Amino acid sequence: MKILQQLREEGRSDDMQALAEHIPYARFLGVRVDRKSDEMITVMPFKDSLVGNTNLPAIHGGAIGALLELTSVLQLLLDTSCEKLPKTVDFAIDYLRSGRPLETYGRAIVTRQGRRVANVRAELWQDDPSKLIALGHGHFLLAPV
Amino acid sequence: MNDLEKLQDQSPHAAAIGFVLTGTDGPACLFKMPYAEHLIGDPDTGVIHGGAITAILDNACGWAVRNHPDWDSESSMATLDLRIDYMEPAIPHLDVLVRSECFKLTHNIAFVRGVAYQKDVNDPIATSMATFMLGTPNTPREQEIRSSL
Repeated sequence: MKILQQLREEGRSDDMQALAEHIPYARFLGVRVDRKSDEMITVMPFKDSLVGNTNLPAIHGGAIGALLELTSVLQLLLDTSCEKLPKTVDFAIDYLRSGRPLETYGRAIVTRQGRRVANVRAELWQDDPSKLIALGHGHFLLAPV
Repeated sequence: MNDLEKLQDQSPHAAAIGFVLTGTDGPACLFKMPYAEHLIGDPDTGVIHGGAITAILDNACGWAVRNHPDWDSESSMATLDLRIDYMEPAIPHLDVLVRSECFKLTHNIAFVRGVAYQKDVNDPIATSMATFMLGTPNTPREQEIRSSL
């Protein structure tokens, strides 16, 4: 991916915010990246176009799933500094609570990184970090470095 | 069998992504997500983001529950889990089609599978398996709080 190469050349290979801004779908969801020392957190501010259930209202499960997946990929890129986007092989989502019309936060850890495939776990929360709204785990194919 | 008309109401997120129910085939529901710039995950290749595939599969699976002959239209549901296997990247500039089917509906749980494809349903780009909890709360939260006081 050109942007990854470019960021690496500029010595900014850990600038996940610049990468997120470069991905049209991440822009569509309105996702930004916050860094606190070593930890990376994704932030998805609430907006009406994220709503899946207008009665509650609740954030669409697809937007929840997309944020989990995006958080996983960004964390993987941060940890591996590979120059191609990892390809998702599978992704499983557990929905724990409905996403209320609030800002949603995400974090991920690379649980195992092999030569060709990585296993990543991600979680989302809103106002209370102890009350997770969704969990995700998936496998990603890494491009040979 | 439910009316196709009843299934037509779109959520704001579905409208923003741009996917639509195109019809039913017995218990199965059929969908289309036209290719669009804002769905792109890799700007170098124009391949759409996996998250957009997740969104349409999640929605398609929910609609398949509502299209099950035993579905009680007064009831409500919430996704418990959704697992997606990505077989190959979607071809850029080509619509993504989805076929979803609720193959088992019990008192509490609905079991649904979905297939995302472009040219041939037998050559999927992604498949999904989802379970839904039935009879979950579907009233505004303020009312919920008031009634619990």
